[in-house]
Amino acid sequence: MSELDVAKLRKDFPIFTRTIRDGKKLVYLDSGATSQKPQSVIDAEVNFYSKNNAAAHRGAHQLAEEATEAMESSRQIVADFLGGEVDEIVFTKSATESLNLLAYSYTSLITKNDSIVVTEMEHHANLIPWQQLAERTGATLKWFEVDQEGRLDLSAIDNLITEDTKIVAITHQSNVLGTINPLEAIVARAHEVGAVVILDACQSVPHMPINVAELNIDFLAFSGHKAVGPTGVGVLWGRSELLEMLPPFLFGGSMIETVTMTSATWAPAPRKFEAGVPNMAQIVGLGAALNYLSQIGMEKIYLHEVKLGAYLIERLSSIDGLRIVGPRLMESRGGTVSFTFGDIHPHDLGQYLDAQGIAVRTGHHCAWPLTRKLGVPATTRASLYFYNDESDVDALIEGIIGAKKYFGAP
Amino acid sequence: MELDALYQEVILDHYKHPQHKGLLSTYDAQVHHVNPSCGDEITLNLTLDNGSISALSWDGVGCSISQASVSIMSDLVIGKNVADARVILDSFVELMQSKGLKTGNAEILEDAVSLAGVSKFPARIKCALLGWMAYKDAVLSASNK
Repeated sequence: MSELDVAKLRKDFPIFTRTIRDGKKLVYLDSGATSQKPQSVIDAEVNFYSKNNAAAHRGAHQLAEEATEAMESSRQIVADFLGGEVDEIVFTKSATESLNLLAYSYTSLITKNDSIVVTEMEHHANLIPWQQLAERTGATLKWFEVDQEGRLDLSAIDNLITEDTKIVAITHQSNVLGTINPLEAIVARAHEVGAVVILDACQSVPHMPINVAELNIDFLAFSGHKAVGPTGVGVLWGRSELLEMLPPFLFGGSMIETVTMTSATWAPAPRKFEAGVPNMAQIVGLGAALNYLSQIGMEKIYLHEVKLGAYLIERLSSIDGLRIVGPRLMESRGGTVSFTFGDIHPHDLGQYLDAQGIAVRTGHHCAWPLTRKLGVPATTRASLYFYNDESDVDALIEGIIGAKKYFGAP
Repeated sequence: MELDALYQEVILDHYKHPQHKGLLSTYDAQVHHVNPSCGDEITLNLTLDNGSISALSWDGVGCSISQASVSIMSDLVIGKNVADARVILDSFVELMQSKGLKTGNAEILEDAVSLAGVSKFPARIKCALLGWMAYKDAVLSASNK
């Protein structure tokens, strides 16, 4: 496996030519929040607006045809990228919407005798929709706990996922800890009791090869903007028979088959779930983004991040007073690393790093129950992508040591 | 450099030696405020006596800006009557919204002018205002008793 030519790849990203805070080189370590965009993705959006813009699936003219074609080719690209069928790909505005779509569509299928299982490490976007579904239906919400190492405690799996469990919603890779969850055991148990497995893949689709058939899951959600794609486009993949069975969530134009003043019937999936004129330019941009990632190779991206993640953890571990929050071993973990540093509050550390041109995320990372459980009100998070290299890690380490001098020893 | 404008010595002093931190057991009003974007939290106890702030104590977790700001605010308002404290509060809010264009009236704001640099960093304004908004809420709550 040849290694990535990071310097060459970075040339595809116009943002890396700008400087930060009085001429500092941009050290972007916040791809877990959103990734930067290559020129080909920016061009795809610009081209759509400049050449093909019209309302897809509406109108009898050439532009409408071209817009439809552009959007539907993206659907095929997404399907191929995930190893699913083209009719199993629903475009939404975000992964958050994908998960809410499921939670709302399942409302009429869940009763007070049912249970929904999540984990303690969920992003709010894969916790609150289920918490509120439980609230609406009277169902019980249960969750896998997280141990101090930042791994899921599976010891109670048979007591958590039981005959009354209808939904198991779980993150593939924690956006805070970098932990990659052991899906095999969870999927096996969920299917044993007849529950569906919904995977929040926001932090895995951009970073590793994913095949929904191999994972044997039932639904998957991810967002375009974390996978070098545009903002405003998310994906929901679902098994065709499940999408067929689920009622729609948003009602309106183009999701119908017939309409009278008092009733309506629905178009087949995925159209049933795509009411309104879609975010076409963004969908087209997402297609370009996944093509870009495929060209590099997801396996190469994954290996690069694991190797760089190991280097990041090794260097962070050498700093006195720094505590890594999450797994320290690279086994089943990606290149997202959260940490605390003595008494220096993450906001202050983040501010100091920003002054050096280093972009990190600070706070509870939209996973408040998790940070509370781990006893840290907030952390600093560095999240790596394929366009990062050792020089970015070195800059971060130097920045952290500088912050120690600036704020006084922790 | 901009960073030094943000982290003035007086701010770091208040951060390391916060004033009136540690909750008093008696109070007229207790409020709890959070900054949902970062998880900073503050609990603030307030006692009014004849229209004056006779006691204020607080506890919380947060960054140096939020902790120093509430410490400075405590020093400023304790012993003042509510109307005078309101002038200080309004003046501080105005300073925070100034986008770095104002330096603040030192006669009214005293140590709080050291937080002027915060107004250049939009993401940090909420940190600086956390304790002040808790105070504002507590006064309202105590006055309605």
